[in-house]
Amino acid sequence: MNMLKLIRYGAWAIVAAIVFVAGALALGWWQVDGPGRVGVSAGGMEIKGLPQIGGPFTLIDHRVDHRGKTVTERDFLGRPTLVFFGFTHCPEVCPTTLFEITTRLQKLGAGADSLQVLFITTDPERDTPEQMALYLQSFDPRIIGLSGTREQVDAAVLAYKAYAKRIPTEDGGYTMDHTASVFLMDRNGRFAGLIDYHEQEAPALAKMRRLLAR
Amino acid sequence: MTRHPLAAGLMASHPLDRLNTPSPAISGTDVIARVNRRTGLSLLATLITIALPGAANAHDFSIGDIRIGHPWTRATPGGAKVAGGYITIENTGAKPDRLIGGTMEVASRVELHEMSVTDGIMRMRELPAGVSVPAGGRVEMKPGGYHIMFLDLRRPLKQGEKVTGTLVFENAGRVDIEFQVDAMGSPGVPGGHPH
Repeated sequence: MNMLKLIRYGAWAIVAAIVFVAGALALGWWQVDGPGRVGVSAGGMEIKGLPQIGGPFTLIDHRVDHRGKTVTERDFLGRPTLVFFGFTHCPEVCPTTLFEITTRLQKLGAGADSLQVLFITTDPERDTPEQMALYLQSFDPRIIGLSGTREQVDAAVLAYKAYAKRIPTEDGGYTMDHTASVFLMDRNGRFAGLIDYHEQEAPALAKMRRLLAR
Repeated sequence: MTRHPLAAGLMASHPLDRLNTPSPAISGTDVIARVNRRTGLSLLATLITIALPGAANAHDFSIGDIRIGHPWTRATPGGAKVAGGYITIENTGAKPDRLIGGTMEVASRVELHEMSVTDGIMRMRELPAGVSVPAGGRVEMKPGGYHIMFLDLRRPLKQGEKVTGTLVFENAGRVDIEFQVDAMGSPGVPGGHPH
């Protein structure tokens, strides 16, 4: 009697396990390959479901001929854009990245004329309009220096899901930890990918060409 | 230096010398003059090719058991207040040593830093204890790792110039060095990549 009960419970447990596995498989199929999938549209060309990167920002344009004009993301729509967060008190990553962008723009030639590059400082306290303008004179004129109040800069960093943090140093000064990747934004202001700091030259150029062709 | 550059240059014969055999119309003395001129040119070329890597080798400094190889930095953008200096340190002694600081003529302060780029984020930290060099060991301070941070630059660094300073080691003491200023974005190592 007890034995029979045990066998019956055991059988039901096996059935439950089979149902669970089958259900999990079905759910997995539905989400990855079935109608519930996210990521690839019907055409198979456009990637959806990417994190929402980029968004509204209000910053100050530091180009000499724009003298402190307030700009928003809408001012940069209609043209493909590279966005890079940095600061001028940066010994390696920022000058190297801006230098690499400069040489890549040269390599792309006139084809890259529609491209705009935004260098957004994460250190508005030290990166005054004069400092930004002076610094960017060493790079391609297509690179636009943007700054703002601390709140405006933080909001822009947040909109790009980027990272910037002030790190105090022993002498009472500070340095900035920050996202070192370059954001690729298409002409509609949609996120199109990243160029990593460690990216090799050929794939970086290919990414910029693809962005220009979008 | 194993070969004397002058001897190497004299021994070198230009491959074109054999192809451009003088025409019969030219007299013997002409030929000698021409060959001499050519030998002179190839000697000059040889001297230059030997002198270039020689200059890089000569760009070393030492104090006690510490050897410092090829100090270099990069040209800075206008208005830049900081720059990173890079060196290799070799400790030929039996005791560990430690790079603890230094000075730069073009900067009001010098700090020792470590930077990293992980998961797309650049982080930079001061190394308050300095950079230790084990006995018989070698430490490379290069882009993407340790650097000597020049703070409050008094002027931008220009490609091709040399900037002087000192480095201080805990045991070996103070040594005068000279940093070569390479191009902005320079990888530092010939044929290498900055990353």
